[in-house]
Formats: sequence, C-alpha cells, structure tokens
Amino acid sequence: MRIRAQIGKVLNLDKCIGCHTCSVTCKQVWTTRQGVEYAWWNNVESKPGIGYPKDWENQQRWLGGWVLGRGGALRPRTGGKWRILSKIFANPELPEIDDFYEPFDFEYSYIHHAPESEAAPTARPVSIVTGERMEKIRWGPNWEESLGTEFRKRARDYNFRDVEKAIYGEFENSFLMFLPRLCEHCLNPSCLAACPSGAIYKREEDGIVLIDQEKCRGWRMCVTGCPYKKVYYNWHTGKSEKCIFCYPRIESGQPTVCSETCVGRLRYLGVMLYDADRIAEVAAQANPQHCYQAQLDIFLDPHDPGVIAQAKADGVHERWIEAAQRSPVYKMACEWKVAFPLHPEYRTVPMVWYIPPLSPIQEAADAGAIATLDGIPDIDSLRIPIRYLANLLTAGAEAPVRLALRKLLALRAYMRKRHIEEIRDPSIPEAVGLTEAQVEEMYRVMAIANYEDRFVIPTSHKEVAANAYDQRGIAGFHFSQTSSEGNSRFMLWGQDTRKTRGERFPVETR
Amino acid sequence: MDWLNQFLFGFFPYLCMIAFFLGSWARFDRSQFTWRSQSSQFLRRRQLVWGSNLFHIGILGLFLGHTFGLLTPPEVYHALGVTTKGKQIMSIVVGGIFALTAAIGGALLIHRRLYDPRIRQTSKPTDIFILLFIYFQLWLGIVGIWWSLHNIDGTYMLVMAEWARSILLFRAGSAHLLEGVPWIYKIHIVAGMALFFLVPFTRMVHVWSAPIWYLGRPGWQIVRRNANIAKEGV
Repeated sequence: MRIRAQIGKVLNLDKCIGCHTCSVTCKQVWTTRQGVEYAWWNNVESKPGIGYPKDWENQQRWLGGWVLGRGGALRPRTGGKWRILSKIFANPELPEIDDFYEPFDFEYSYIHHAPESEAAPTARPVSIVTGERMEKIRWGPNWEESLGTEFRKRARDYNFRDVEKAIYGEFENSFLMFLPRLCEHCLNPSCLAACPSGAIYKREEDGIVLIDQEKCRGWRMCVTGCPYKKVYYNWHTGKSEKCIFCYPRIESGQPTVCSETCVGRLRYLGVMLYDADRIAEVAAQANPQHCYQAQLDIFLDPHDPGVIAQAKADGVHERWIEAAQRSPVYKMACEWKVAFPLHPEYRTVPMVWYIPPLSPIQEAADAGAIATLDGIPDIDSLRIPIRYLANLLTAGAEAPVRLALRKLLALRAYMRKRHIEEIRDPSIPEAVGLTEAQVEEMYRVMAIANYEDRFVIPTSHKEVAANAYDQRGIAGFHFSQTSSEGNSRFMLWGQDTRKTRGERFPVETR
Repeated sequence: MDWLNQFLFGFFPYLCMIAFFLGSWARFDRSQFTWRSQSSQFLRRRQLVWGSNLFHIGILGLFLGHTFGLLTPPEVYHALGVTTKGKQIMSIVVGGIFALTAAIGGALLIHRRLYDPRIRQTSKPTDIFILLFIYFQLWLGIVGIWWSLHNIDGTYMLVMAEWARSILLFRAGSAHLLEGVPWIYKIHIVAGMALFFLVPFTRMVHVWSAPIWYLGRPGWQIVRRNANIAKEGV
C-alpha cells in the first residue's frame, strides 16, 4: 500500500441552475489569452445535448480514455506507444476548432462611428482566428443552452443509449439538466499516458494534473487521449493547456475560482486518501459497470489508525490527513454514496464527482400527478430517466443511482416532516440505509452548504514541496507569454511579442 | 570565384554547424516555451493529414538517405558488395521515390498555408519562409537527378561524399574537392547547409524533440515527486 492524497471535487447537480458564473470567472482568470479564446476550462453543458466539443462522449469517434487490451492490460484507446507515435505527423482523431467553435468578437466600434443611416447599424461578427468577418456564426460556446437546437440533433447524446428517447422530444416529457465540466484530475489520466514528450504529470502532493508548458512540444496526442476533451490546444503558442485546478489558490488554502464563485454553492472541495498501488487494478475492471465500485474501494478511511500511520510514512502531511477526515468529498462519495464519478467506463478514475439531479417533483407528487411510495415520490416517475443518469455516472448501472436519488428524496422528506410537522421520523432515513445523524449532517453540508463545510482545503507546505530559496525573485505564476527578463520588440527565437487584440485586428470604420 | 568557393564550401559549413548547435542550445536554454512543432492541424484538418504525412515521411527518408549515403566511406559499401554505380542507381531510385513523396505532401502543405485564410493569418513569416525554402531545396534535389542520370558511374557522388566526410573530419582544403562539380549540386549543398543554419530560428527546432524515447518510457503514468520527500524521506 502506498498512500497518496488527492484534492477532489463534488458538484451537486441538483442545485445547478446553469448560470455559467463558474465558466465566466474561470475564463476571465485563465483563458482570455490569444490562442485559447475558444477554450473553456470550465464549461456548463445543457443535457441532453451533444456538448462541447460536439459529441465529446462518443469515444468510438474520438478514441479517448482507456481500453482493456490483450490479456486484460490497460492501454489508451487511441493506441499503444507505437500507434500513438505513428499519428504524430497528423492525428486523425484530433478535433478541429470548429468542433468547439470558431471564436468570434463583434465590430462594436462600428456602432460608435457609424454614419447616419436609415437602418440601425449592427455590430457584425469577426473571427478571432483570422480577423475576417464571419457571415454566419454556426456554433458557439454552449450552443445548446437550455435545450437550444432541435431535439433531433440533441438526441445524439451518448447517454441516451438503451433509452427509448423519442418520447423525450415531446414538450410534455422533455427534461433538462446542467452538467458543469472541468478537468477531472484523474488518478489514471490518459492524456498524460498519451503525451510523447512526457510534459504532463500528476503532482504527488495533491494529485493535480498539469502540463509543463516548457516541455510541451505540441504533438497534441493529449487532446485525443483525454476522453472528456478537457485538454485544449493553444493554436497560438502551439502548446496544450488545461484546467490547473487553480493550484496557486489551492496551495494557499483557497477554493478554485469556479468553486468560489458558484452562486448555487454546489461545488465541494476536499481531500481523499487513496492507495496508489491499486490504480491500475481499479481501472482494469473487466466489467465497466464495476469501475464505480472499484473506485470507491480505492479510497481509504482517513479515521483508520492504520491508514493514518501509513499515510504519514508515505509523506502525506498531518494537515492533509486532518483535512481528509473532514472532507466533504469523502462524505458524499464514500459515506453517503450520493456522488458519482463522470463516465467511470473511460477508466481514467476521474476525481470530479457529481450528485445526480432530482427533478422538481414534490409539488407534482403532492398533487397526485406522479406516483408516491410512503409519501416519497417514486424514483421512476422522475422526469429525468434513471437510465440516462446511470449512463452518465455509473456506466449504466442503475442501482447505485437509484439508491442515491432515494437518499436525496429521503433527506427532503425527513427535513420537511421535521420543519413542517415538527416530527423526527427515523424510519425515513433508515429505509434508505442512513441514520438520523447522517441525514442531519447531509442537510448541513448539502442544503445549508456553508463555506467551511464546502471547502476543506489544507494549505500546501511549500517548504516540503520545493526549495523556496531557489525561487526567490522569480515572477511566480505565468504562461511564459506574460513574463520575461527583457522587453524588446525583436524576438530572436520567433516568439510573438505581446499584442493587444485591438492591434491585431484593426476594425475598419468609414 | 576561388574566394567564393572557399567561403561556401570551406567556411560556410562550419558557420552553419555553429549556428545549428549553439543556436539550438541557446534557444532550448533561454526560451524553451517557444520550442514546439506549432501544428496547425487544430485550425484546419483539410489537406494536412495527407500533406503532413507524405511530407514528413519523404523528408525523413531523404534525411536518412543523405546521412548514410554521404557519410559511409566507399570501402564499407564496397566490402558489402555494392559498387559505386550500384549505389548511384540506388540513390536515384530510393531518393527519387522519397523526394516525390515529399514533393506531393509539400505541395499540399504550401497550398494550404498560403490559401487557407486561417492558416495564412496565423502563420508567422518564418513559417511560410521555411516551408518554401525546404520545398525549393527539395526541387533542386529532384532536378539534380537529371545530372545524376548523366553521371551514372557516380564520380560526382564520390566527390561530394568525400567532401562531406572531409568537412566533418576538419580536414584542410576540403573546398577544393568540389571544383568541377555541376552548379546544381553546389546550390543544393549550400541550401542544405543553410537549412541547418535556419533550424534554431524557426519552428524546425521540433526535429530535435522527435519523441522516440517515448517508446522506451516505462509504464504509462508520470508523477512528479516532491523533491524533498524523495531526498529526505520526510
């Protein structure tokens, strides 16, 4: 056993209203630079829908994640090492920028300077890549917002597998949920495995997966390797980039920007202890539906004295063990089992987990519009088909999702009875395998969701992570686009001197 | 002319070598962030899948062919039973195939780079220049095949190989070896050396980073260990 710590995350989809504050604040902080205008390290998708980039969940097409090769050994779906290298001159499974969208801006200044005319002047779209006018914007970030576009197109959603989907195209039966997505900071990252340069690495101290911008050579195999399509190729710098889990903030004990600014307070950050020796075994389950349970089993009980002693021996800091004991992620994933990994069948052992959404049903249940079971609305009457959620979260295994939704309903029923009828009814949580104390805690963590309950982040110990003496005087965090010793217009090695977009795309006005 | 001959074939090779090695070293050391292949596939896939594969396979074949063809001493391949004429014919056939492969791929890449607005707009001047330069060099080589066919016993080939080895062995008076060699070969040699000169100043630096060692990387995962823990075991 070799214990490592990982900062994990849970998103409570039951509370996500799709406001995109997470995406916008993330973009404002990290990806307003040239070359990644199209990239949203965090994005929120409307489901059902094909998502961003288009059809990303279809691994038959994009070949992301892992498969079991001969003898049950794991190998990237895109191929073994020889196969990956053979694609280096042109990668046939690389998405094009149009699969995300061609980034655009509008000629706003034209409106300011437009001469008098009969019709009101309009700001026409301009491509940020070419600087040329775009006659028509064909796709954009979150094009499917709140069930935008026809159902026929959205129905290509991979999660509709084995679902009679036609009825969900009818207005009365339509359903909507939001899926905020970011890098999963997997325990078994396939982007990393596919990188021929060895530029991608997982940090031992907190499990954050990063791309070394100095070592990346732009072979772009990681974009294919990642099944979540969360590695973005910066077409300007020629390097790949991805969510960095706001590591400068995490190191100082602060939540990531997306978590901090989430107005629904549905994001949770916490430490998980796991056995690093078992990663390959967990990822190589013969039946993909077992991947979820196997992943649960890799996490270690942070209260177990044996685990604590081993963790210390393996170099996990005391503060991190304490944080693991109070971790909201551990509670939701392992104790209450209401959170699930996104597409465990990709075998990357992802570390951003999701609580499946209930549909707003209590009113309908009370009105007798849907079936109830002992006063609790029946799970199978929910608007969102269980099968759909199971395809999203447990490789199609319905039982765990069903139980989690029943727990969420029990939590509501118990608290409702307590607050309205002032009766504590232990039979409600017991019916779903919870205790009263657990339900009380679930209520505190998931419904009240105070800051200190949502974010339990130990500060990193820089003194053990790096030699601070060597680092004095350096410019700190940068993308090498923003920091250099000298500042001249002439660059010997051909890199771009920094230009504002205004300079790059002068807007003509008449 | 004697001075020019001495400069181009006596001094220029060393100038290019210095630029190639020191320049690459300096860029790697000072500005590794700029060290990349600068793939444009993400912006436009069209024409690249065929173009890039044909171009790279052709160029790599030519590079290996030139390296072994020029640097293998005649005694070695004679000992292996290959006559000078046989080697000349082999060079023409194998080199010709790779050259045509690269020429087709290169044509696709050039067309794409110049006429696709996305690629044109995002190209740096050096990106366009280096592609055209390599293409020019490629056609010098292809046209040179005509001269080679009229010199099927391979005397010029022997002279040029002798010159290349003599340069790499720092022998005095190497430049004189090339006197009397047809001009088309001379231009091809100068342009070839200039290509080495240009490597550190263009995207060509990615050839240094061909990730062949990936094949030998143990396992799949990389964890960056906390330096001090590894050292002191905390």
